[in-house]
Amino acid sequence: MGTLHKNKRETYFDNIIGHGYSRREFMKFAAFITAYMGLEHSMIGQVAKALETSYRLPIIWEHYQECTCCSESFIRSDHPIVADIILDNISLDYTETLMAASGHQAEAAKHDTMKKYYGEYILCVEGSVPLGADGVYCTIAGRTAIDHLKEAAEGAKAIIAWGSCACNGCVQGAKPNPTDATPIHKIIKNKPIVQMPGCPPIGEAMAALIVHYVTFGKLPELDRAGRPKAFYGKRVHDTCYRRPYFDAGLFAESFDDENAKDGYCLYKVGCKGPTTYNACGSMRWNNGVSFPIQSGHGCIGCSEANFWDHGPFYERLTNVPGFSIENTADKVGKIATGAVVAGLAAHAVAASISKRKEHKKRYTRGRINEEKIDKNE
Amino acid sequence: MEKTIQTSDFKRVLVWELPVRICHWITALSVIILTVTGLIIANPPVFMSGAEASESYWFGTVRMIHFITAYIFLVNAIVRIYWAFRGNYYANWRALFPYTKRSWKNVWHVLKVDILLQNEEEEILKNISIGHNYVASISYLVLFLLALVQIFTGFGLYAATSGWWLPQLFAWVPDFLGGDAPTRLIHHAATWLFIVFTLIHVYLVFYHDWLEGRGETSAMISGYKFVRKERLESDEHI
Ligand code: SF4
Ligand code: SF4
Repeated sequence: MGTLHKNKRETYFDNIIGHGYSRREFMKFAAFITAYMGLEHSMIGQVAKALETSYRLPIIWEHYQECTCCSESFIRSDHPIVADIILDNISLDYTETLMAASGHQAEAAKHDTMKKYYGEYILCVEGSVPLGADGVYCTIAGRTAIDHLKEAAEGAKAIIAWGSCACNGCVQGAKPNPTDATPIHKIIKNKPIVQMPGCPPIGEAMAALIVHYVTFGKLPELDRAGRPKAFYGKRVHDTCYRRPYFDAGLFAESFDDENAKDGYCLYKVGCKGPTTYNACGSMRWNNGVSFPIQSGHGCIGCSEANFWDHGPFYERLTNVPGFSIENTADKVGKIATGAVVAGLAAHAVAASISKRKEHKKRYTRGRINEEKIDKNE
Repeated sequence: MEKTIQTSDFKRVLVWELPVRICHWITALSVIILTVTGLIIANPPVFMSGAEASESYWFGTVRMIHFITAYIFLVNAIVRIYWAFRGNYYANWRALFPYTKRSWKNVWHVLKVDILLQNEEEEILKNISIGHNYVASISYLVLFLLALVQIFTGFGLYAATSGWWLPQLFAWVPDFLGGDAPTRLIHHAATWLFIVFTLIHVYLVFYHDWLEGRGETSAMISGYKFVRKERLESDEHI
């Protein structure tokens, strides 16, 4: 783990014990996070060892255009050690939300970390960066978000784009995107970027990502969109406990009908589970208590790029770009089909008039031919 | 007008070879099945309540039929493309692309006479198409592109649920299009274009059959069309 600053840097284990947790609790945490990382049982030892021997990763956590729900999700993650140690206000070298310092002191702390751990620290970004009007829509300490991002990315070893804002612009990036909210990967091109979309992403997944990095010294396997496969490899629909109702064709049609009470599939009330890659169905939220579908609400597809612009949340309609909201693909299709049928009918009528002579001529010709054949000519 | 009506002899010509006909009807059937099941999947009817999930699997079955038919559609499309390089003049890929000056003349002729229903002063033999005319061939090109769109978006959406290499070949499509939701929208909207195409296609077949009496409709079953002797003697394809 690079240069050691023994006086200042502690291992995760030291820190956990220092916080008054027992070794047993530490091992429980190792088992818990290994499972969340999607690793085999036999890997627990390696994870525990890594946490025991690795120094805490220097982390700079930036906040731009966002609502802080990602941080909220993180600090409310299942296991207390996640909030306390992996990302508590001590190990986070800079985060506006959680750190004790403020004002000039905070900025100084950030610059300190950036200098001391140049090329080593992980830059976590929550929120999108507004590029409109020279970036003035989001300024921190008198400087624009784009300025901050470029500076912080410079010495970062890797960047984690937390949440849909940082990955795709989320709500402020939705049409018409007045501030030109831009996701991180469109600005920073020369660093490895992990995408953790979701509004917010699941806290345990966020912690598991960090521990994965600590354990293996590298980022987990990513998919084509830059998301860790372990958490975004499956659709919500594929791990949804209501899936048997879907396959059985048992659907709720409104949120208060008998079928909804019976726990039927929410497909027809707009569930976006079938087009959303996330681990909600298997990890669930709030200590694994529940997730939206379990609470009777369809998935809104919060971890899919531009999900705000993908049609209404409560209907299985899809807007056709360029048409008004009420115009769905089906409506346009039905109108087009109707128009074509009408056109063909009109053509048929017109043809029977316009081509009458020709038709008759051909008909006569055919008759004469037949007669010729009859006469054996 | 002339007093004597000219008579003409017709010859029976094999236009659509057996593989072409088989491909045609497999395409037709699979498009119908895919459209019906696709529209059901998009908006399933709710006709059961109070039931338990273990009692039924009808929606899963509809989806399964859609997926199996999709494979048939894909394989069939590949066979047809192969035949476009192996088959006779009328099945050949060249007959699909209006790249000669004459074919554009034919397009113009068909638009004028068959679509806008103007009558010709005198009949020009050359204008009679033996296979499909070039307006039709343009529509088949469009259909072919539509089929590609459906194959790419459809298998792209399907890829995540399959470990097999074939659907995996299309796994990049949703990422390329910005997610599953936009991919699904394209897949869904293109279905309507298939419906529109089929209506126009069937109508025009009937129209030509009615007007020309050359067996346009049955040709896709028997393979034969009837062509005037003089037209064959002129030995110019189209
Ligand atoms: S990504 Fe979306 S969700 Fe997370 S802080 Fe931002 S608004 Fe909230
Ligand atoms: S509730 Fe949503 S995610 Fe669950 S099975 Fe139904 S459509 Fe799929």
